Amino acid sequence: MAKVPVQFTLNGSEKAEFVESGTTLLHALRDKIGDTSPKGGCHQGTCGACSVIIDGELRLSCLTLAETCNGTDIKTTAGLAEGGVLHPLQRAFLDAFATQCGFCTPGMIMAAKVLLDRTPNPSREEVIEALSGNICRCTGYEPIIQAVLTAARANSQNAA
Amino acid sequence: MELRKNYFADVRKDGLHEIGQPRPRLDSPGHVTGKTAYFADRNFPGMLHLKMVRSPHHHARIRSIDTSEAEKHPGVARVLTAKDVPHNVYTILILIQIGPEDETVLADGKVRWKGEAVVAVLAETERAAQEAAAKVKVDYEVLPAVFDMEEALKPGAPLVNEHHGQNYYLYDSGECRKVRFGDVEAGFAMADHILEQSYQSSPIEHAPTETTGCVVAPEGNDRFTCYTNTQAMFFTLDNTSIILQMPGSKLHFVGGTVGGGFGGKVDVIVEPIAILAAKLTGRPVSFIYSREEEMQVSSPRAAEKVVIKDGVMKDGRIVARKVTGYTDAGAYSRHSPYGAQKGAAHYPGPYTIPNVWIDTYCVYTNRTPSSAMRGFGVTIGDFALEVQMDKLARLIGMDPLEFRFINAYRDGDMKAHRQPTEGAALIECMQEASRAANWPVAEKYMAMSSYRKGA
Ligand code: FES
Ligand code: FES
Repeated sequence: MAKVPVQFTLNGSEKAEFVESGTTLLHALRDKIGDTSPKGGCHQGTCGACSVIIDGELRLSCLTLAETCNGTDIKTTAGLAEGGVLHPLQRAFLDAFATQCGFCTPGMIMAAKVLLDRTPNPSREEVIEALSGNICRCTGYEPIIQAVLTAARANSQNAA
Repeated sequence: MELRKNYFADVRKDGLHEIGQPRPRLDSPGHVTGKTAYFADRNFPGMLHLKMVRSPHHHARIRSIDTSEAEKHPGVARVLTAKDVPHNVYTILILIQIGPEDETVLADGKVRWKGEAVVAVLAETERAAQEAAAKVKVDYEVLPAVFDMEEALKPGAPLVNEHHGQNYYLYDSGECRKVRFGDVEAGFAMADHILEQSYQSSPIEHAPTETTGCVVAPEGNDRFTCYTNTQAMFFTLDNTSIILQMPGSKLHFVGGTVGGGFGGKVDVIVEPIAILAAKLTGRPVSFIYSREEEMQVSSPRAAEKVVIKDGVMKDGRIVARKVTGYTDAGAYSRHSPYGAQKGAAHYPGPYTIPNVWIDTYCVYTNRTPSSAMRGFGVTIGDFALEVQMDKLARLIGMDPLEFRFINAYRDGDMKAHRQPTEGAALIECMQEASRAANWPVAEKYMAMSSYRKGA
């Protein structure tokens, strides 16, 4: 089958790949480029485990074709820690025990990051709304909500 | 994290004060950075993808299988049927002498539930495997099926599984697990009230976020490394060794990282066929359940039916309890004979009752084979028992919590299984619950203790 070139920025570095037309971004990231932080829980847009950030927007990489991502800026959880220092969301997920099996965690963190980038001090309801597309089967949602609220507080204290 | 009480930590005299203290989990840093390696994060050059052709019928004879079109499909490397599996009929618990072997890796001559694996297709891409699987032609003769446990136990019901010869698991105690204690009929005769109720549950899917699967890589030295999300590593290794007639020394299992299991990943389903495929093709193989397979094909918690008959006195004492439990194994045993047995060991619940009769059956039907899930064999039983307790309390006009204090087992009480109770803490738990839930009970119950002097 004909291959198409795709080129984008992933967590700050340039990536170029040839993929079969119709390849999902999830497949391209995981199996071609080797960033396995987005997870495939359903491959049908229902679980949120594959969530990534494309040009600042939260996207399901299992429903996004790689060939539509040319020239975009893509961020995944693998690129969140800077110089080995955890992002406040990662810290908060650790401290609040908001991760159990961990399979939903990278997707959850992506969804929470898009929320905090736009709404640095979200209400509990806004957190719930922002995470509503991400399924966690293990932890129970309360620790996850608390982690996001804690990260938001940590952010605003740093900013002050 | 805040804990109400440092259980145990204050009473130990050594340096082991971990219990009751919040401690960071060792695997969390990997989870929050996306570095944790789940089995599907392993990728090998030249890896083949396995897709299963599954039975569309609940019960059918297989007249013929034609794989010729599938084999010609572009990208297909190999198609596997029953004859390719060295020891095709197996049962997981054979490792602890619970037989007979009753399940096929790939269906041979017959299918017994809708979704049963019939033919495995291996191709260069998932898509090619899927397309080729659709080209496998299986000619079925549909047979009558049975879906209800009580129907399945009736004479003349369609026989689900010839390896058993009847639609129930034959224990060494006969057609069911039995507990007999005291004289249950005498208990009913003396009771002020009798209450008989039946409780029923549906199968429950674990729905882990990560679906079941494995990735197998053939090593240069004729060994196979299997990356798997099994919850039962050694069970899987030993059963694979039996199914493939291959010494365990040739099998290297890597696992322990599971994206949610809840008991749903203890069956030996994906590994043997994926390792066989890797052996026959000499290539790495990936077999990952789709979300649909996870929800429809993987074993659920068994459906159960529990019939409880109790004799109770006006003063709150339960004097007789008769329980008949049915566990729907589906078409194959997997862990269900053990689940039904656990039920027998668990009834009559944490209560001291002088006259007890328990029968628990493991029943075969043409439904998806059920297996382990969080407290299987006892969880549904507990639901039934505790709803029954509330109904009994209502019947005699007693507070439901006080009613439980009256019947709670305490140290020294003889259990129906003829084990004296030791280390009971039900009274203390209920006292704590009474305070926490602000559900007051009479002072005499708050003064009770599970511990009895001399017990
Ligand atoms: S894998 Fe994309 S939403 Fe589930
Ligand atoms: S931690 Fe397991 S799915 Fe969320």
